[in-house]
Amino acid sequence: MAKTIKSSMAGTVWKMLVKPGDEFDIGDTVAILESMKMEINIEADDSGTVVEIVAAEGDTVDEGAPLFSYS
Amino acid sequence: MTNEELNATLAERRDTALAGGQGKAREKHIAANKLLVRDRLRLLLDDGFEFEDGLLAGTEQGLPADGIVTVVGKVGGRDVAVIANDMTVKAGTWGPQALLKFNRMQDLALEAGIPLIYLVDSAGARIDEQRSLFLGRNGWGNIWYNQVRISGRVPQICVLFGPSPAGAAYVPGLCDLVIMVDKQSSAYLGSPRMAKMTIFEDVTEEQMGGAKLHCMLSGLGDVLAKDDAEAIRNTRDYLSYMPMNWEETPPDCPAAPAEAAAAARIADLVPVQQNQPYDVHDLIDALVDVGSFYEVKALYAKEMTVGLARLGGQAVGLVANNSKHKGGVIFSDSSDKAARFIWMCNAYNIPLLFLQDVSGYMIGSAVEKSGIIRHGAKLLAAVCESTVPRICVLVRKAYGGGYLAMSGAPTHPDAMLALPTALPALVGPEAAVNAIHYNRIMELPENERDEFVRSKRDEYAQDIDVYKAAADTFAVEDVVQPTELRNDLINRFRVYRRRKAAVIPRRSAVHPV
Repeated sequence: MAKTIKSSMAGTVWKMLVKPGDEFDIGDTVAILESMKMEINIEADDSGTVVEIVAAEGDTVDEGAPLFSYS
Repeated sequence: MTNEELNATLAERRDTALAGGQGKAREKHIAANKLLVRDRLRLLLDDGFEFEDGLLAGTEQGLPADGIVTVVGKVGGRDVAVIANDMTVKAGTWGPQALLKFNRMQDLALEAGIPLIYLVDSAGARIDEQRSLFLGRNGWGNIWYNQVRISGRVPQICVLFGPSPAGAAYVPGLCDLVIMVDKQSSAYLGSPRMAKMTIFEDVTEEQMGGAKLHCMLSGLGDVLAKDDAEAIRNTRDYLSYMPMNWEETPPDCPAAPAEAAAAARIADLVPVQQNQPYDVHDLIDALVDVGSFYEVKALYAKEMTVGLARLGGQAVGLVANNSKHKGGVIFSDSSDKAARFIWMCNAYNIPLLFLQDVSGYMIGSAVEKSGIIRHGAKLLAAVCESTVPRICVLVRKAYGGGYLAMSGAPTHPDAMLALPTALPALVGPEAAVNAIHYNRIMELPENERDEFVRSKRDEYAQDIDVYKAAADTFAVEDVVQPTELRNDLINRFRVYRRRKAAVIPRRSAVHPV
């Protein structure tokens, strides 16, 4: 199963800051969610290269839902 | 026998015991980059130990000190009691003498009113001794019985250098603070081998109960250290904030200024836009004495930041919402983390400082299932029953249950202060308008709804005003300039710490858990 970066809490994807092919490091802010009237920075808990965006901007996601896959 | 011969026999026996385990166990220990038990003690204590009990226990069985070293020594010039496993002697397991020594040092720490430190590196109970040491009144369980009865009277710190399996895992479970060494310490009720046999799970030791797992996910670990020496430094640091026991006050240190770079930025450090995250560590650095922030559970439930620090040399416990993580919203784990920390500070006479920026407890069916109400109630309970000096600063958002749980005015802090960025209200404007005017909105034609909602929202937002809070309801003692906050806090704590704590007479509260 492909590795994925997941949402840390339930909310709406406001900004996806990476696209397929982008490299990211552990701790990088890779997406911003909107939840509880706050901007929620999603920080990568791993390093890698983005393969496929799973959650588009505007999508509603649960806690733990995959945002994108990476290798 | 002559005196000389008698003295020589004693010297020989002491030397054998002091040398600890020999052979393969010792080689393995050293090869794993772990310090030997007496080297750990040398690093921990100012000038070696003052005295040792039971050095000669276990010598008849060829087990130096029966695998456990119990001493009294000084840390920062103050006495502490230490119970330390020797992994090189029968894998640091607890035999009959070890248990007696263990319990004796627990009694001594309590009687003398000095902190107790457990340096754990042990395969646990000796299973082949279970018949005599498990069931009876004098059995192993006395370790935990004592821990529970000591709790809140003298500080108990557990440093995990190696394993602490099964029942032994409750030693960290019942301490005030748990320091774990990365890739080296572990705690679990059932070993990976046992899990494979009984529930058919196949995981490594690290996955079952490694230091990272406990410091990031389970919340058992408070501090993650990279090696033995760092773990010991952390123990000494932590003790510098602690009184000797619950009846004393934490030692004052020479005052130091806040970190210059952070302090210079304090005036515009907090974003005015309430939905914009920032790292509360920057604000903490701008307030507390430079280098004094000792963070607890830094890697766990990061939306809540807790730790010890000094303000003008006085020890304080900080509880702060961190909007950098999960918007600073309170979850079950963050509530749990803060409640435990508040209980610890209250037990040891450490004043509390809350930095509030919270849009509330998390909502949704997922958190309801996780028990957000009872976990959230824990935080409220800890705040409301605390009797130490307590100041709450409204940094930015102060909404709903979050406002109360983070030491809002109705929870009777010694002072409520606010920064000019503060936004105190039951709920934010959008949620409020939706709640108050829902029926009206639904009755309106669709093309008029947005305009209506906007006007009501602006109207409501006018009411979220820190000056009205200060003037009309006296909800805050003062609205302070960010640049004045540090001095104000120092002055207030100096006065509030003179207040006598009012203890409610009862056997115990019925705590939410």
